[in-house]
Amino acid sequence: MIENRPFVTILAHTALVLGVLLVAFPIWITFVAATHEAARMTQVPLPLWPGDQFFVNLKQVMLKGVGGENATPVWLMMANSLLMAMMIAVGKIAISLLSAFAIVYFRFPFRMGFFWMIFITLMLPVEVRIFPTFKVVADLGMLNSYWGMTIPLIASATATFMFRQVFLTIPDEMLEAARVDGAGPMRFFKDILIPLSRTNIAALFVIMFIYGWNQYLWPLLITTETGYFTVVMGIKQMLEAAEQAPDWHLIMMTALLAMLPPIVVVLSMQKMFVKGLTETEK
Amino acid sequence: MLKRVHFGPSLLPFLLVAPQIAVTLVFFMWPAGQALYQSLLVEDMFGLSTEFVWFENFKDLFSDSYYLGAFKRTALFSFAVATMAMGIALVLAAMVDRIIRGVYVYRTLLIWPYAVAPVVAGALWVFMFDPTLGIFAYALNTIGYDWNHKLNGGEAMTLVVLAATWKQIAYNFLFFVAAIQSIPKPLIEAAAIDGAGPFKRFWTIIFPLITPTMFFLLVVNIVYAFFDTFGIIHAITQGGPYRATEILVYKVWYDGAVAIDLGSSAAQSVILMAIVIIMTVVQFRYIERKVEY
Amino acid sequence: MAKITLENVKKSYGKIDVIHGIDWEIRDGEFVVIVGPSGCGKSTLLRMIAGLESITSGDISIGDRVVNKLEPAERDIAMVFQNYALYPHMSVYKNMAYGLKIKKIPAYEIDRRVRDTAKLLEIEEYLDRQPRALSGGQRQRVAMGRAIVRQPSVFLFDEPLSNLDAKLRVQMRLEIKRLQENLGITSVYVTHDQVEAMTLGDRLAVLNAGYVEQLGTPIEIYERPETVFVAGFIGSPSMNLLAATISTDGTIAELAGGSKIALSQVQLPGQKVTFGIRPEHIKIGKTETSLSFTVAISELLGADTLVYGSLTGGTQLVIRLEGIRKLSEGEQLDIDFPHDLHHLFDGTSGKRL
Repeated sequence: MIENRPFVTILAHTALVLGVLLVAFPIWITFVAATHEAARMTQVPLPLWPGDQFFVNLKQVMLKGVGGENATPVWLMMANSLLMAMMIAVGKIAISLLSAFAIVYFRFPFRMGFFWMIFITLMLPVEVRIFPTFKVVADLGMLNSYWGMTIPLIASATATFMFRQVFLTIPDEMLEAARVDGAGPMRFFKDILIPLSRTNIAALFVIMFIYGWNQYLWPLLITTETGYFTVVMGIKQMLEAAEQAPDWHLIMMTALLAMLPPIVVVLSMQKMFVKGLTETEK
Repeated sequence: MLKRVHFGPSLLPFLLVAPQIAVTLVFFMWPAGQALYQSLLVEDMFGLSTEFVWFENFKDLFSDSYYLGAFKRTALFSFAVATMAMGIALVLAAMVDRIIRGVYVYRTLLIWPYAVAPVVAGALWVFMFDPTLGIFAYALNTIGYDWNHKLNGGEAMTLVVLAATWKQIAYNFLFFVAAIQSIPKPLIEAAAIDGAGPFKRFWTIIFPLITPTMFFLLVVNIVYAFFDTFGIIHAITQGGPYRATEILVYKVWYDGAVAIDLGSSAAQSVILMAIVIIMTVVQFRYIERKVEY
Repeated sequence: MAKITLENVKKSYGKIDVIHGIDWEIRDGEFVVIVGPSGCGKSTLLRMIAGLESITSGDISIGDRVVNKLEPAERDIAMVFQNYALYPHMSVYKNMAYGLKIKKIPAYEIDRRVRDTAKLLEIEEYLDRQPRALSGGQRQRVAMGRAIVRQPSVFLFDEPLSNLDAKLRVQMRLEIKRLQENLGITSVYVTHDQVEAMTLGDRLAVLNAGYVEQLGTPIEIYERPETVFVAGFIGSPSMNLLAATISTDGTIAELAGGSKIALSQVQLPGQKVTFGIRPEHIKIGKTETSLSFTVAISELLGADTLVYGSLTGGTQLVIRLEGIRKLSEGEQLDIDFPHDLHHLFDGTSGKRL
């Protein structure tokens, strides 16, 4: 800040507070709705202040689910989401590390061919190749499986590019010193490259975890057995099932639970997240 | 882009790229090829016979008023989302630059919608605007406006734009903050010494210097609005009422999964792919100027 | 401990030759310094000995083994890099132990060696620190320690002191010399710094554009440079090199401006030569053969004075005088080139005559 202009500072804070209210209000409303009982949620106007049913609703959705006897309990959906998000994040990071390592540190035939092939995946989001991909997964017998939900999504040009950038900034002397010390390629990868990339790995993990957790269209197509449903899909099912008289307090509790893990990851690893976001896009 | 020092030839690099390449081939290249091929076929209602029709599906699409409508709608939708999300984010970023205390707190409070899944965001906004119960619908009602996005197409569009914008502000905000912070301080100080006030400085110094970031974000936001908003629309309007919110990516899905017109759906996929490719190329041209490859 | 033998060693990148057939024997326990301007191929040569660059043709042997195809780790060498190349995520201890761990040396033996080496280099108290918590000089010591701990038969140094400030450089230079003498390990040291080259090596190799211009003890190279390049490269300020023609009776070198210099030996009449005289060897005082010199500017360095000026006819010259000598512009001096201290090189080949 250059000069002292209280008016501008006040204006800035006012604008920011308004921005925060705009951004946070929907989340506040969700929380409030999740703390009231069913009856209160049918009276207009809806409450703006939390009630006392938080733990009752939490227990209800977690253990019994929403929408009658056969509903999938939310804890199971959360577990599925977690498993899917972890498999996608870890898978993307693992295969991208390996391919970036090959592309940067080896000279081999078709090197650039492979590079461009990985690059092209950037241009083929799952939404535009959804049915043919579905058919491949069905032919491979991977419907209704965790593999089917994750493997088709784990190719990552962004992650490969980021690791490539990271590796290129590591001085050549690291490799030379390691070779003088007698480290072979995999030993160098494990002992030097991975530890040196760990902040980038963490940053990418945050991004990829959120990407994985928030997947919707893909698991919606791949899974028909309720045992594989993820919480993000669950929300939509609840909205649909309760078209006439939705149990808003339970749906909002589920929404809250669905938002929680990614928000916790973002906020607790905020620095990593910001770094990961602004660097993967470069 | 290869290290000056590298390992000698062996089988190892092939093994290292194998998983990535396998996934790419099986789940990206092959399906994309299939989509291309299928876009040239017409299948009968029961999937019993197929006929190779060259570009018939594309011709049909471009004479289909529904498809052209979806095209226009998508353009409108992404333009609205991009300008609103970027505009709000830019204002907030400029304000954050003005303050000393509380930057971290504001940033923390502003970024969380990024983590919310599109479907969940849709659920939140559909709840707030529910015609009978929603808090905003109620508020509008008290000032005499009868809100019903289930019947009014314009209102439905407004709602999906709001939800999509809400989710994207955080992303733009972080990039704008980073861009503004990377402007050398002496430049701003020199302008201040030259007598430019805060607003003048913003328009004459900061704004021109962050145009590359704006351009980059514009592409990213359009891609977001094109592809990542499926969940929002699926949760809020299902493309309705009367196709008022049916954007391209939603129509691809609907025609394939619900209407079972695979040839047309595939042709739409191919058109979307072409759009992504153009945007990626544009985006990379921008990057090329910034990063030495 | 081992000797290093290079037989007709060549290196080319595609069609460009960077090292042209080098033959060399470095004796067991010897300290050899390779010096040359940047881009002369000195680092490439060192890296070829290390095994970090391939050899296009020829043979390199360490001890009695031809090592052409061996990995660096199998050559029984250790290397100190210009920017130290310490692993940033490992403590000093782990940096030093890493190579030994890969060699599967038992942990107690690793521990003993690391601690002994740390003691030798006085870095014991830093063993648990990360490299980034160390100063430049300390990092340099750790890099040395990482080399010593492996007990190699050859040390390779790639401009190890160029990232240090002047004072530390002197200190580390003396220390490297002392360590090498105590350990008696064959060492090859690459530098572009003349002082390091003159003070460290038992022998010195002056490299230029991929050729060895001269190989010899530092004093030999200073006193009897074999080529114009070596003459100009070693010594600071560098030797005055003047184009001249031999007179018809072969006893006098005539400079371009007409000044005549008497020679100690008869040369081929009419030959084009380069006449060389070090600034510190020029004598002042009127003699039969003295020439007239006009001062342009003088630099007082304290211990000595550098005088820049020209002979009648315009030939530029630098003279180094002991102590502080205040000379003003335009002042005339009588100078003389002592017979036993001047050098004569062939005008076209640059070889010593």
